[in-house]
Amino acid sequence: MTGLHAGLEAQIDAWRGYVLRRQAISAADVEELEDHLREQVTDLQATGLDDEEAFLVAIKRLGNLDTVSREYAREHSDRLWKQLSLVPDESAGSGAPAWRELAVVLLFAVGAGVAVKVGVSVLDGDAALLRNVGLLVLPFLAGYFAWKRRLTLRVGAILLAAFAALAVALNVYPFATGGTEAFANEIGMTEGLAALHAPAVLWVLVGLAYVGGSWQSHARRMDFARFTGELVVYLALLALGGGVLIGLTFAIFELVGVDFELVMEQWIMPFAPAGALVVAAWLVEAKQNVVENIAPVLTKVFTPLTILMLLAFLGVLAAGGGLDDVDRGLLILTDAVLLLVMGLLLYAVSARDSLAPPGFFDRLQLVLVGAAIAVDVVMLTAMVTRIAEFGSSPNKIAALGLNLLLLVHLARSAWLTVGFLRGQRPFAALERWQTQYLPLYGAWAAVVVVAFPPLFGFV
Amino acid sequence: MRIEKDLVAASATPLVLGILSDGDLYGYAILKRVSDLSGGRMQWTDGMLYPLLHRLERLGYVSSSWGTSEAGRRRKHYAITPAGREVLAERQEQWSVVADALKQVWQAAQRPVVAEVWA
Repeated sequence: MTGLHAGLEAQIDAWRGYVLRRQAISAADVEELEDHLREQVTDLQATGLDDEEAFLVAIKRLGNLDTVSREYAREHSDRLWKQLSLVPDESAGSGAPAWRELAVVLLFAVGAGVAVKVGVSVLDGDAALLRNVGLLVLPFLAGYFAWKRRLTLRVGAILLAAFAALAVALNVYPFATGGTEAFANEIGMTEGLAALHAPAVLWVLVGLAYVGGSWQSHARRMDFARFTGELVVYLALLALGGGVLIGLTFAIFELVGVDFELVMEQWIMPFAPAGALVVAAWLVEAKQNVVENIAPVLTKVFTPLTILMLLAFLGVLAAGGGLDDVDRGLLILTDAVLLLVMGLLLYAVSARDSLAPPGFFDRLQLVLVGAAIAVDVVMLTAMVTRIAEFGSSPNKIAALGLNLLLLVHLARSAWLTVGFLRGQRPFAALERWQTQYLPLYGAWAAVVVVAFPPLFGFV
Repeated sequence: MRIEKDLVAASATPLVLGILSDGDLYGYAILKRVSDLSGGRMQWTDGMLYPLLHRLERLGYVSSSWGTSEAGRRRKHYAITPAGREVLAERQEQWSVVADALKQVWQAAQRPVVAEVWA
């Protein structure tokens, strides 16, 4: 460089950072502009201006950044729609071979599909399949993250041991079949609970791989929560697209007179969902910084709607009066609703700028949490009444535990939100509470899977 | 001298294409050439040149390639394409018509107002 000074370099750096924030101006454009700017500065210096003067004049000649940026936007309107490039350009020079990740992803996706396919043919009966389905698929997802994050051997070994322990518990326990109060006749109560809670435990293990072993970092935990929300959205989109594709294939084969059902049952059903999960995870990883997260956008829409739903629900309960009539089906559904509220809260929190002052949506969220707490208290009352009346069962204890967990989560969230609205606490406190508390759900699920069956005699 | 915005915009494309028809150049050099040609009287907002170049590239009138400057920086060079030359020829015709007409108007305006109107 021809005698450019540190001060000038710093100014150009600052300018570059500023221009790079413009969506319409790409990195290559900034490079082009920077070359221009430096040429101009050099020429101006030759006429006797010092660094600062030359920089100021050169910047002035480039023109008002807003106007220039608008001109770029007019020419490249597509750039305002962020582009997702799954396989980075070679010219971008990221070092790693562009196609390697895709190959690894496909390998894990096919692996998950094969595992399900083998599981379907080897495992004995629907109940065994139900218990193991998560175990067949999710280790492959964890494997992808283990590869992606370059997990240390220690963390990898811990993960493997945890998966193995879970596999042993789910398959060695002598579950009794045909419980009286069970889901279906062939699935016992503790077996059903184990099958229902195993995915939550597995998800925590996937999370451990996702955060690359640094499970104590709250920021990484929050990233995993964000990842989960995006994954659900992407999976839903993939399922929708896949459904359309399968429907069209069915229709065409029917016209031609070929029976497609066998292929569907034998190959597509085991492979497609398992593979889609891994592929969706990869998509979410790839788009991370490129596309706005969609889950928080959905929370904005569904928070008011869920408030209405909860209020209507409370109204029906109050009008019906009979808490005694509350049956198990209703309790399970309510738990699902409460978990949904927790998700809404989590995603709203995850997407919020923690430095922004309290706003309308924060109040709305408080109303949502308040309504959820009311519903939870009603449900807990009903449960305790039922337990007092009919005695306890594994199902009731599991539901009671989950509802207590939710109650503590929601109540503390409400408390922290009130503190934030009053300006007594930073928003970060609410954020931290979420990430602190989340692992407890996994821990509780692990208790239900591992400890409940022996405690209740495998009924 | 300040030249009106619309006039700058209208003349920008033929100017850039004309300059590039003499040989490949990068953005800053194109602007310097514009300044030389007009004796320093035509000053563009420098930043506006690049969106224009990108537009011309999209239309297929110019092509670009990344090279390296003497200082070792990455630099984007622009070259006129055959389609660009066609457009340039077309524009040249249009501008000569306009310039011709204008010239006659200027001459007419300079002539003293004489009684011929009344003739």
